Amino acid sequence: MTARRVLARLAGVVGVLWGAATLTFIIEQLMPTDPAQTILGGAGSKPTPEQLAAVRVQYGFDQPVLLQYLRYLGGILRGDLGTSYIRKQPVAEIIGQQLGSTLTLTATALVGAWIIAVVVTLLTAHRSRALAALGSGLETLLAALPQYWLGIVLLVVFAFTLHWLPVVGDGGPEGLVLPALTLALPLAGFLGQVTRDEFSSAMEQPFAVSARARGMSDFGVRWRHALRHAVLPGLTLSGWALGSLFSTAVIVEAVFVRPGLGRVLVDAVTSQDMPVVVGVTLFVATIYVVANLLVNLAFGRIDPRLRSAAH
Amino acid sequence: MTVNVAEGLVTRTALAAPKAKSGIAFRPAVWLSAVFLLLVVAWAVVPDAFTSESPFDTDVDAAIQAPSLQYWFGTDASGRDIYTRVVFGARSSLLIGVGATALALVAAILFGFAAGLGGRLTDGAVSRFLEVVLALPGLLLALIFIAMLGPGVATEILAVAIGSAAGYAWMVRGQVIAVRNSGYVHAATALGHTRSRIIVRHVFPNAMRPLVVLATMGVGQSIVWASSLSFLGLGVAPPAPEWGAMLDAGRDFVSTAWWLELFPGLAIVGCTLAVTVLGRHLQQRIEGRLA
Amino acid sequence: MTAPLVRVEDLTVAFGAGNEPVVGGVSFEVAPGECFAIVGESGSGKSVTARTLLGLAGAGARVDATTLELHGKSVLGNRDRDWRQIRGREIGFVLQDALVSLDPLRTVGREIAETLRLHRYGSRSKRRERVLELLTSVGVPEPELRARQLPHELSGGQRQRALIASAIALDPPLLIADEPTTALDVTIQAQILDLLAAMKDRGSGLILISHDLSVVSRLADRVAVMRDGLLVEQGPVADVLTAPSHPYTRTLLDAIPAAHRKGTRLSATALPPTDPALIRPPSDDLLLEANNLVKRFRGPDGVERTAVADVSFSIGVGETLGIVGESGSGKTTTAQLALALLEPDEGTVQLGGTVWSEATEAARRPRRRQISVIYQDPLGSFDPRWTVRRIVEDAVPAELYPDGAARRQRAARLLVDVGLAEEHLDRRPLLLSGGQRQRVAIARALAPEPSLIVCDEPVSALDVTIQAQVLDLLADLQERLGLSYLFISHDLGVIHHVADRVLVMREGRVVETGTAAEIFGAPRDPYTRQLLASLPLAEPEPVSGGPA
Repeated sequence: MTARRVLARLAGVVGVLWGAATLTFIIEQLMPTDPAQTILGGAGSKPTPEQLAAVRVQYGFDQPVLLQYLRYLGGILRGDLGTSYIRKQPVAEIIGQQLGSTLTLTATALVGAWIIAVVVTLLTAHRSRALAALGSGLETLLAALPQYWLGIVLLVVFAFTLHWLPVVGDGGPEGLVLPALTLALPLAGFLGQVTRDEFSSAMEQPFAVSARARGMSDFGVRWRHALRHAVLPGLTLSGWALGSLFSTAVIVEAVFVRPGLGRVLVDAVTSQDMPVVVGVTLFVATIYVVANLLVNLAFGRIDPRLRSAAH
Repeated sequence: MTVNVAEGLVTRTALAAPKAKSGIAFRPAVWLSAVFLLLVVAWAVVPDAFTSESPFDTDVDAAIQAPSLQYWFGTDASGRDIYTRVVFGARSSLLIGVGATALALVAAILFGFAAGLGGRLTDGAVSRFLEVVLALPGLLLALIFIAMLGPGVATEILAVAIGSAAGYAWMVRGQVIAVRNSGYVHAATALGHTRSRIIVRHVFPNAMRPLVVLATMGVGQSIVWASSLSFLGLGVAPPAPEWGAMLDAGRDFVSTAWWLELFPGLAIVGCTLAVTVLGRHLQQRIEGRLA
Repeated sequence: MTAPLVRVEDLTVAFGAGNEPVVGGVSFEVAPGECFAIVGESGSGKSVTARTLLGLAGAGARVDATTLELHGKSVLGNRDRDWRQIRGREIGFVLQDALVSLDPLRTVGREIAETLRLHRYGSRSKRRERVLELLTSVGVPEPELRARQLPHELSGGQRQRALIASAIALDPPLLIADEPTTALDVTIQAQILDLLAAMKDRGSGLILISHDLSVVSRLADRVAVMRDGLLVEQGPVADVLTAPSHPYTRTLLDAIPAAHRKGTRLSATALPPTDPALIRPPSDDLLLEANNLVKRFRGPDGVERTAVADVSFSIGVGETLGIVGESGSGKTTTAQLALALLEPDEGTVQLGGTVWSEATEAARRPRRRQISVIYQDPLGSFDPRWTVRRIVEDAVPAELYPDGAARRQRAARLLVDVGLAEEHLDRRPLLLSGGQRQRVAIARALAPEPSLIVCDEPVSALDVTIQAQVLDLLADLQERLGLSYLFISHDLGVIHHVADRVLVMREGRVVETGTAAEIFGAPRDPYTRQLLASLPLAEPEPVSGGPA
């Protein structure tokens, strides 16, 4: 892809992120409750007007909106996402502390989802009608399951009944299995649907016939030709998948009582700690957008059909 | 969290929507789904027809009892009958599910058609706006609005609608553009038909077709989102019966009282599955007639 | 006498129990060094027959024969493992359209090497050498570069050569080619046919599957004609094509539009009497005048392409102007400009003597009745939800038939005029055949009572016998109604048959223009001459003659 297109894409990404930051700023400004009130202890406390005024000056709420906006943007560029109203810590720091746990969970889930999807597709796609229906039905089921219910079921079965895995993780790998599985299975169902459709379609294409006509076995065609085609649409969705995983990790962390960005976010929402809510959201948005960009750049070269579809 | 099909697929690739090519072929699933959904709707509309008790009646002596002939689904920590609460809980779930989806679709049609039919400027502006909104994951967007407005049914409807609207709008836009560039619209132009006639007779009906399927599956997803929010403690306030909230409340007892989690969970999962099966069936039928 | 490469006796192939066989009782032989062609229209079973020789008839196929021998060895009971030894090594298979017949995600070199690898040919470096050797032998320049590229990065002709290279990698004595040139421009087609002929001369046996009799006549020694799974006739090419014994073969030959058939009907159909309301009076006026049209497009990569450069032409009342050219010549863009569905960057179009391209769309709308269009793929031009009746009714102008009932009647009448029955009215076009759909499109094009119909490749997607019927229909309509046509096609035979005057286009420019006799009889421009020379030999005059 030409340098010009790469730059254009980058500019687009920056534009979207700027738009997202602006949007969240606007939302923040539209908050009905008084942030100063929240900082001083929330709805329950009764701060004096002088205290409120002092906080406003300290946090810059008394300044014109435009100036606040510019300071906000400038802060983001420096990596400063503001300060939590409740914890009085810089948001960036909070994210940094909790990021590792969530990241491990998300990455493991993504890999796990892919493995499950590919295995199921290879085993059941484009074979007898019964197998295909089975595989497809399984995928639909998985994709439709609500995360938290799945998590609870897995907990009950594997932790409480079978005692194979711990109920609450201690940070070690065993504690990762159930939460990652909970995140991975629905995504695997969805990826499986996409992969399976593309796989079946690829097996019917003329190039599959060409390969067989050269002396290749059916399995060879699946493994060496169809699979590559099958994973392509799923891979282009990776950016979105990552963003979606991050946001549903919120639920899973709640179910499994795991530390991570999810807990932070939920607490922030309950206590109306807007900087944290906005900061985490922007962070996830950035990951999503950047991942998409990387995926588009990488795969646009491989499959020319994707170049037009990616727009 | 059910994966947001519309948002992801349409945003990033025009290729592989999970079309029902390899969909569920057997009819019993479709019938079962339809029956189940009708039951849930009945629960929502006339809950008193299905249970004689009130979801708020507590009975401390009967707390945490396993399912029996008297309490079909068992009782919870305050001795309330879970079956009754599940039946009454259908109302808020359906309300939010259908309400949020309807609201999101209205917004999606407005934005999608404006972008698809408008000139380059309009399309550019709306598309950029949608891209920005889409960059913020739906659930998080919903969370932000809950943070802003505080929990409550109306807020939940609004929040879930906002979280899913952008994805739908993007799909509508894509459809409108596809139809606008189609052979039959060109043929109609060549016949000398006016733009408004073409829009009314061709663009609108053909662009709206896939939305029917989307709306059906969207209701399922909205129900899940709504109950997820309640599960996190951000939804309907207790002691109102709500499936997600019931799951949250039962979490502490999950090792000993499995029925607290199972039945509300089954209700949600049942709705989602039924709606997905019906949606795919609809999709197959629509495509079968057209393709 | 050398043993035949292929011996087939009484071959039957069926899918699923109790279904009609797709191939029934087919028998033939192929000797080394000869080219045996199997000809037929869609559904004839020719492709299935060819694939059965590779054991690739398809999932669920039941193959039965008295004899099915390759190199004297029976392959009837072969399991997949046995077939894998034969495919690639003893038989090579070439499909049409290398764009989809080569894996678009793998480099050309790897696709060719795959044959070598599967049959354990030498080491990796030896295979690499062989790949380059093969690419050179099939005439692909810069083989080192091409081997590293993906199929879509090569031109159509080079791709097809690469596909052939992958089939002949192990020098199999028999090559099966299923429509190897159908997706190619006529000049490229000629080159590929030369390549295949050279291979035949070197001693390979060749089985050629095609619907195109002229391609067959260029390459084949013997030919078999198939219809609905049955082999109706076979024999030496010269015999079958000049003195066919089976009536179907005769129909097939008569249907081919070519020099000697100009002015005659191609098919045996007849048309009901026409509605006098549609008749256009003869006149000397010019219906359409295009002057110095230029149209440029900006590609997705930002580069500007000139699709049409300085194109001028005119069409009179009752005449057919043919535009012929290969892909990328700009003929479709020219059609769109004539219809004023595209605005030219430079130049003007005038319809009926008044401004057309320069007018506003609002001014053009009421006049659009005068000019209609039919496309190569009529299905895409129909609203997928509408029935045939609604499609045609929608085109009947309200000014002429303000009453709904009158419009319905008119639509029904139009459909009868194009040879469709009342029962088709309430069907969806999806359920109709290709030929019937095109008739619906023609009915719709006639509904506004136009003077000129733009026909953009209207018969290219149809089987040759159906094509004949549609061409006859168009000719009848022109004769009875005084219509004019702007007829666009890449098929020189069709253009020769229908056009009064011809425009030859290449890369957006008009290369030559003149009457059909001038262009086809005494072409002046070297490109036109090359086009005509690329045509596989036209078959000689059939002794039987056709319906006049």
